[in-house]
Amino acid sequence: MMNSPVQFEMQTILEGIPHPAMILDRAFRIVEMNRLLEALTGYEIGSVQGIFGELVVRSNTGNSRGQLYNRVVETGRPFSATGDVLDGSRRKIPVLYNIAPLEHHGSCNGLLVIVEDLSARGGDHFGTPTEIDTSDFIAQSPNMQKVMDMTSLLAHTDASVLITGETGTGKDKIAEIMHRESERARYPFIKVNCGALPVDLLESELFGHVKGAFTGATRNKQGMFKLADRGTLFLTEIGDMPLSLQVKLLSVLDDKKFIPVGGEQSIDVDTRIIAATHRPLRQQVVKGEFREDLFYRLNVLHLHLPPLRERLVDVELLLHHFLHYFNQRLGKSITGFSESAGRLLRGYLFPGNVRELRNIVEYCVNICNEKSIRQEHLPAFLFQAQAEVIEPDGREDQLTATAGPPEAVPIAAAKKHGGSWGAIERQMIVDMLTRHGGSRKLAAEELGWGRMKLWRRMKKYELL
Amino acid sequence: MNRKLLMTIQGNYVAPRFDLATEVLIADVCDGKLAGEPKTIIMDRPSDERLCRMILEGKITDVVCGGIDEMHYNFLNWKQIIVVDGVIADWRSALNMHQAGMLRQGQILLAGARQGGAA
Repeated sequence: MMNSPVQFEMQTILEGIPHPAMILDRAFRIVEMNRLLEALTGYEIGSVQGIFGELVVRSNTGNSRGQLYNRVVETGRPFSATGDVLDGSRRKIPVLYNIAPLEHHGSCNGLLVIVEDLSARGGDHFGTPTEIDTSDFIAQSPNMQKVMDMTSLLAHTDASVLITGETGTGKDKIAEIMHRESERARYPFIKVNCGALPVDLLESELFGHVKGAFTGATRNKQGMFKLADRGTLFLTEIGDMPLSLQVKLLSVLDDKKFIPVGGEQSIDVDTRIIAATHRPLRQQVVKGEFREDLFYRLNVLHLHLPPLRERLVDVELLLHHFLHYFNQRLGKSITGFSESAGRLLRGYLFPGNVRELRNIVEYCVNICNEKSIRQEHLPAFLFQAQAEVIEPDGREDQLTATAGPPEAVPIAAAKKHGGSWGAIERQMIVDMLTRHGGSRKLAAEELGWGRMKLWRRMKKYELL
Repeated sequence: MNRKLLMTIQGNYVAPRFDLATEVLIADVCDGKLAGEPKTIIMDRPSDERLCRMILEGKITDVVCGGIDEMHYNFLNWKQIIVVDGVIADWRSALNMHQAGMLRQGQILLAGARQGGAA
């Protein structure tokens, strides 16, 4: 490069690559890396320059002791492998790990490593983009078709989008599709659940912090805003964001810059915001629980996802889609639903929407050892809820009118049981722990699980 | 105070990933000094689950490693084991720093010039 008529700084070339990237020397030590790789690994270039690349970019792509690097040097040809990389926040990020030789006068003088983040395009499957793009939304109803049409239109703008809809309607999926269809698709898609963290942690998570900002801040941390630079930041459950942070968020949206917690210098970001909530934001504004100015800032474009009970035509499609999906995953060959089971499911309101439908099918496929799913393979709460429909409690007429089919189940009754297999399992764990006075060992024994499995489940259901 | 340390290693270095490590170093530390020679265990295959079991059964009090995923990090913390992760170092330096009580999460103990070639 030094003898080239036009000379470039390596850093400027790396910054032009829309993925985390680094340049290694012939001994596979880091010479330079771009900001995206700094964000991914959590290390700044100054602290890792000269260190063996594999120790910093922690992948499982078979690069132990630099095997992949060696292979590229020996063959002189680029190589790609899929796998994951552990980021600075201890998360496994699915990646496509590309290594290309950098040659000078015919000999390999170094390597260019590009770590393409696949998480925003369903990276679990490690497929090609075309494969991932096809199987996202199962919807044929007219109102969902309108949503899909709107999604592709909204994807090509840079304005903020607010997605509303009940829980389980697919807000996250729509946000992912919108990012993937946008011009920002090659940059990160970062999701932050605003309702999952206390205010101080959320602030640090969003905006990052500098070393020493508070007890335990032993190093600089990049916030999600910076990680999503040039990409999309998806703020889910925005209605649960504390008021104090709403001010700071509004300021970032307006100024496109922010100051990390405990920091002094502002950082410029170019991030598109997609926000989602299942709460009625307008009512929250009236109650003073959500800032009016932020509401208008986020609500530039609005997309509402209809609940499953308003697109009953899709229920049949979804039932068969998930039946096929879980058949494959669990190695079963169930052909369909019996007439009575199908009738019961089609008449059910699915208060938890697609997520609940998916969980019910998963439950059925697990339980069923026959060729078709019959009534006895359905979760018990469906029948208990149905029994409550028959009780004359004054609510029946109203609910039947909403649902249409005579076997429809009231939303409240289903909600009592949590509306999903996950909720049932969670309740089962709580009951078992209560019965054994909180002893995880005894609870695990009675459930027939190992203690690790119980711990994992408790973590999944936020019982720890 | 007696501590028992487990460090995942790869050759001369702290292994970059906990779940891919096949070598572990176990050392007893008594009042900031090594009690006996550290021993190295070679596993037939990498497994984070087996490592966790080894840590619990071996009554390990401290773990030093490179990258570790959130779930296993939280599990070990829950078991009140001190985990110093994100360490980039040759294992001897990491062991010395740990003995001195100075090893911190995310610490880098390799100077580019000092590092000799591939791990």
